[in-house]
Amino acid sequence: MRELTYLEAVREAMSQEMRTNEDVFILGEDIGVYGGAFGVTRGMIEEFGPERIRNTPISEAAISGTAVGAALTGMRPILELQFSDFMTIAMDNMVNQAAKIRYMYGGKGKVPMVLRTPAGSGTGAAAQHSQSLEAWMAHIPGLKVVQPSTAYDAKGLLKAAMDDDNPVIFYEHKLCYRTTSDVPEEVYSIPLGKADIKKQGTDVTIVATAIMVHKSLEAAEELEKQGIHAEVIDPRTLVPLDIETIVQSVKKTGRLVVVHEAVKRGGFGGEIASLIAESEAFDYLDAPIKRLGGKAVPIPYNPELEKATIPGVSDIIEAAKETLNRL
Amino acid sequence: MTQKLKLPPQVKETELKDLYKQMWLIRLFEEKVDEFFAKGMIHGTTHLSVGQEASAVGSIAVLESKDKITSTHRGHGHCIAKGATVNGMMAELFGRTTGYCKGKGGSMHIADVDKGNLGANGIVGGGFAIATGAALTSQMKKEGYVVLCFFGDGASNEGSFHEAINLASIWKLPVVFICENNQYGMSGPIREMINIPDIATRGASYGIPGKVVDGNDVFEVMNSVNEAVDRARNGEGPSIVEAKTYRSKGHSKSDAKKYRTRDEEKEWLLRDPIKLMAGVLIEEGILTQQEVEQIKEEAKKEIEESVEFAKNSPEPTLDDLMEDIYA
Repeated sequence: MRELTYLEAVREAMSQEMRTNEDVFILGEDIGVYGGAFGVTRGMIEEFGPERIRNTPISEAAISGTAVGAALTGMRPILELQFSDFMTIAMDNMVNQAAKIRYMYGGKGKVPMVLRTPAGSGTGAAAQHSQSLEAWMAHIPGLKVVQPSTAYDAKGLLKAAMDDDNPVIFYEHKLCYRTTSDVPEEVYSIPLGKADIKKQGTDVTIVATAIMVHKSLEAAEELEKQGIHAEVIDPRTLVPLDIETIVQSVKKTGRLVVVHEAVKRGGFGGEIASLIAESEAFDYLDAPIKRLGGKAVPIPYNPELEKATIPGVSDIIEAAKETLNRL
Repeated sequence: MTQKLKLPPQVKETELKDLYKQMWLIRLFEEKVDEFFAKGMIHGTTHLSVGQEASAVGSIAVLESKDKITSTHRGHGHCIAKGATVNGMMAELFGRTTGYCKGKGGSMHIADVDKGNLGANGIVGGGFAIATGAALTSQMKKEGYVVLCFFGDGASNEGSFHEAINLASIWKLPVVFICENNQYGMSGPIREMINIPDIATRGASYGIPGKVVDGNDVFEVMNSVNEAVDRARNGEGPSIVEAKTYRSKGHSKSDAKKYRTRDEEKEWLLRDPIKLMAGVLIEEGILTQQEVEQIKEEAKKEIEESVEFAKNSPEPTLDDLMEDIYA
């Protein structure tokens, strides 16, 4: 099978969908000839034209609401927000409109839109262009939240997101864009709400999202050398969340480490830890649940400080060993 | 028809009786709602458009059935004018399953998507971008419909006003922004909140026409909105029509109206839109005094029936609570 980068996989998912579904179009800032802030839509305007690869003014409030209105009336828009930090400006339309319209209107009307947006630190873009704010969106009933970590998952999950009749927030991690994996050429869909066990193991369960999946796999490799078999689970979607796969894993391993890049305080890891504490897996726990997340600080510019803000491979190794009393 | 009364081609003289009845349906619906709130028979809150009936009825009178509207928190009038039944509306305010939103939306969220009413909106300025998006669908799918976006004077100071109108203008979308300038944003007099006499002049910033009309004169409203709708339908883009009117009641159910004088209220009452319309219809020989009174009685009866319908409709069950969050 051929390899694609995560970025190419996202683009391919959109292009394939747009070839068969006239209702799908993309709107966003600089997505035309420029190709988008990260180059995801590069080449698409040449194939699909400016009507469907719709370059917009710098007006996140307008373009997010326009996507909602277009979706409500029969289109299936994909909105690209240049940085997920700009969600603050689109927030009203996603939280007060997109998420609520169907329920508020008694089940009439639907808002089939995808908001794609790059998230995360590691690019030296500092405090206003590096955040991971997915917990905000996961908190809102009516939205779905997707966080692919691999090229394969990105293509399949984006297909599912585009097919979904609800507003889906699709977080693309910037550092994942250049990662590669085997990606089938044909169209395929990965259902929202299905976790993926990225590595089987028996000693400790590591639940990780986005770039932390890669760091956790690296950590698991190192742990393996020390005779510790970690199981790495990527929920892939926060809403809906496949908690069952995590429960089964924890029942097997008796230990849980949850790791995300987003600030630990109020982060989604707390939700996963709580769900496990409330579940039948609680009785199987042999150690307290460990949560790893970003420090409660705006992301700094200096590369060493930036790195220190979020969990690293060694932190994950240490946390896993701590649950095993192997420090 | 006499020479004096100019009607847009979309409005036939024979329809004027129905339009006059709509004015009364709105007035009497809201007075009934006001009474029920005062008696504690319905809960939550409501925003009444008593005194503003002409802008709703006059604007929507020139639409074709395929055209759409977005409404505001003060939206009962728009809803009735767009063809909603008072039964479904009253039932909604009573929180019953036969209401437009199955009792889950209430006064601020009534929508009638099938009839092209994309919904009232509890967020001031929430409709601008949604209307723009609906107009984008019309343009992209060549559906030929026009969207009327109702908003208040207060909403014109929201960022979404400027972002969405700019977007609608550059894309020449078939949307007409109807400002119902009722002089107050809650308690804030518009003369203190903007530094220009007319909101319509803001259209100049976006290269679109802006016209001020007497919002209490239903005929003036329909003629001006008709011009704007024609322009939109012909692919020439959006316009602003500002209907100067007056909110006879307070902002919501709990408003002592300390921010304005009783004299001012009396002055506006002299130009009550229903009285004005009846005067013209009688003067033009379209209706007799007796017919005018009879129409009011018919409307009154419909409202009474809607109350019975609402009272006799079932409450939702707790099983309905979690329904319709997702499509």
